[in-house]
Amino acid sequence: MALNNLDTLYRQVIMDHYKNPKNRGNIDGDAMTIDMNNPTCGDRIQLQMQVEDGIVKDAKFDGEGCSISMSSASMMTQAIKGKKVEDAVKMSHAFSDMMLGKDIDTEEFDLEDIEALQGVSKFPARIKCATLAWKAMEKGVNED
Amino acid sequence: MDVSAIKEQFPILNQEVNGHPLVYLDSSATSQKPVSVIEAVNNYYREDNSNVHRGVHTLGTRATDKYEGAREKVRGFIHAESTAEIIFSRGTTTAINTVASSYARANLTAGDEIVITPMEHHSNIIPWQQAAKATGATLKYIPLQADGTITLEDVRATVTDNTKIVAVTHVSNVLGTVNPIKEIAKIAHENGAVILVDGAQGAPHIKVDVTDLDCDFYTFSGHKMCGPTGIGVLYGKREHLENMEPVEFGGEMIDFVNLYDSTWKELPWKFEGGTPIIAGAIGLGAAIDFLLEVGQDNILEHEQKLADYAMEQLRTIDGMTIYGPEKRAGLVTFNLDDVHPHDTATVLDSFGIAVRAGHHCAQPLMKWLEVSATARASFYLYNTNEDIDSLVDGLLKTKEYFGNGFK
Repeated sequence: MALNNLDTLYRQVIMDHYKNPKNRGNIDGDAMTIDMNNPTCGDRIQLQMQVEDGIVKDAKFDGEGCSISMSSASMMTQAIKGKKVEDAVKMSHAFSDMMLGKDIDTEEFDLEDIEALQGVSKFPARIKCATLAWKAMEKGVNED
Repeated sequence: MDVSAIKEQFPILNQEVNGHPLVYLDSSATSQKPVSVIEAVNNYYREDNSNVHRGVHTLGTRATDKYEGAREKVRGFIHAESTAEIIFSRGTTTAINTVASSYARANLTAGDEIVITPMEHHSNIIPWQQAAKATGATLKYIPLQADGTITLEDVRATVTDNTKIVAVTHVSNVLGTVNPIKEIAKIAHENGAVILVDGAQGAPHIKVDVTDLDCDFYTFSGHKMCGPTGIGVLYGKREHLENMEPVEFGGEMIDFVNLYDSTWKELPWKFEGGTPIIAGAIGLGAAIDFLLEVGQDNILEHEQKLADYAMEQLRTIDGMTIYGPEKRAGLVTFNLDDVHPHDTATVLDSFGIAVRAGHHCAQPLMKWLEVSATARASFYLYNTNEDIDSLVDGLLKTKEYFGNGFK
């Protein structure tokens, strides 16, 4: 493998989200807060969400981690904002399937930027980085 | 020391990873195994496999002789007085836990202190946290200097008459700091405390003489010193081990079993409940033979040269931060500016270079360093300057990839 193979992992859109993350910070006012970390590598995320009438009104994250975990968190918050909670959970399951290398129904979900993370499935050691934010979101809505 | 001849004895190193010759720089996590160790384990299963200490038959005797022969090799390797003081365990973690569960719980009461350092691996922190919680003892830390070392003045200031146990690592798995064990042991003893040494990163690289160090407990793992995984050693002074209760009960460790009470075998077997890790112990014995044949002084000298060369070369890279003291064991922990260590490790892996990235099971130390994770290159007797050149080359490409490539 050489650098050009790395391009399947590190797509430009991932690097854009890493360098200029969306929804990074804290929500003012009432919000559920979920802390999650990846104990094997030290990545950690704090996700905040405001859910009203079954809709994710707002989502923000903060944390420390690699380009994959932080860009995935950025993309995830972008994707779930304004979505029904049940659809957000469905997207999370679809994302997990994508990480396992399974084909997913892109008709049902408009994954937009998230599709760029498809290459992570080829790097098994990095899958947990990509799923961290999604797991935090699922934990939050399950506890709500 | 003929490194290329040594390297040839490690079949795993002769392969390509991701289209590049493997450069293995993760020996602090686990070392590779020479043919002699692989064959010793293989031959045991092919020719001698049997349970130990029970069968009257020939294979049982052969297995027992080899298993107990390995114990004698370990005794010689760390210069213990008797094989009664050599207890086989699953690894360093289990060995420390045995002392924390048995010795600590029996000898600590509220008001007593356990003293450790912030550079400890989780396996030399958590057992003491738990022992402190169970007994009401206090856990105290010897502070670190800015370069990641400890001073004897601070050891003296932290260890008091109330201190019952001092537990320190011989060599830091992150900083490469080599701690002055003999001097720390002296201070511990002057205060009536015992000392346990986490030798996971010590025994593979530095000649250990437990009698000279005068440590009460010394623990290490086979797999970091060319031996198999799943085997480790708890050395303890006989006077302590005699008075300690076993932590695992069952077959192999008993003397007489009655309906409501039992008695234990003599040392060291009273701490080895269940069928022991026979093949692992034999493999560890072969690893000791191998290390002694190469020569521990030669290995240490080679690793020091590699560490010096690595420090010198890595410093030529802009945006490089190296953690730990100048004088160090054979490992370098670092970060590149603006590149997360996982990303660094992934790019290096694409060039066949294996380094560790993460918190290295030392989260309190990461907090002290004010980083969430670091990358680490660690060396052993089979590494060369060329391996370090490959690392530097890989790091320059990493920088280029994450810097220029995405601006």
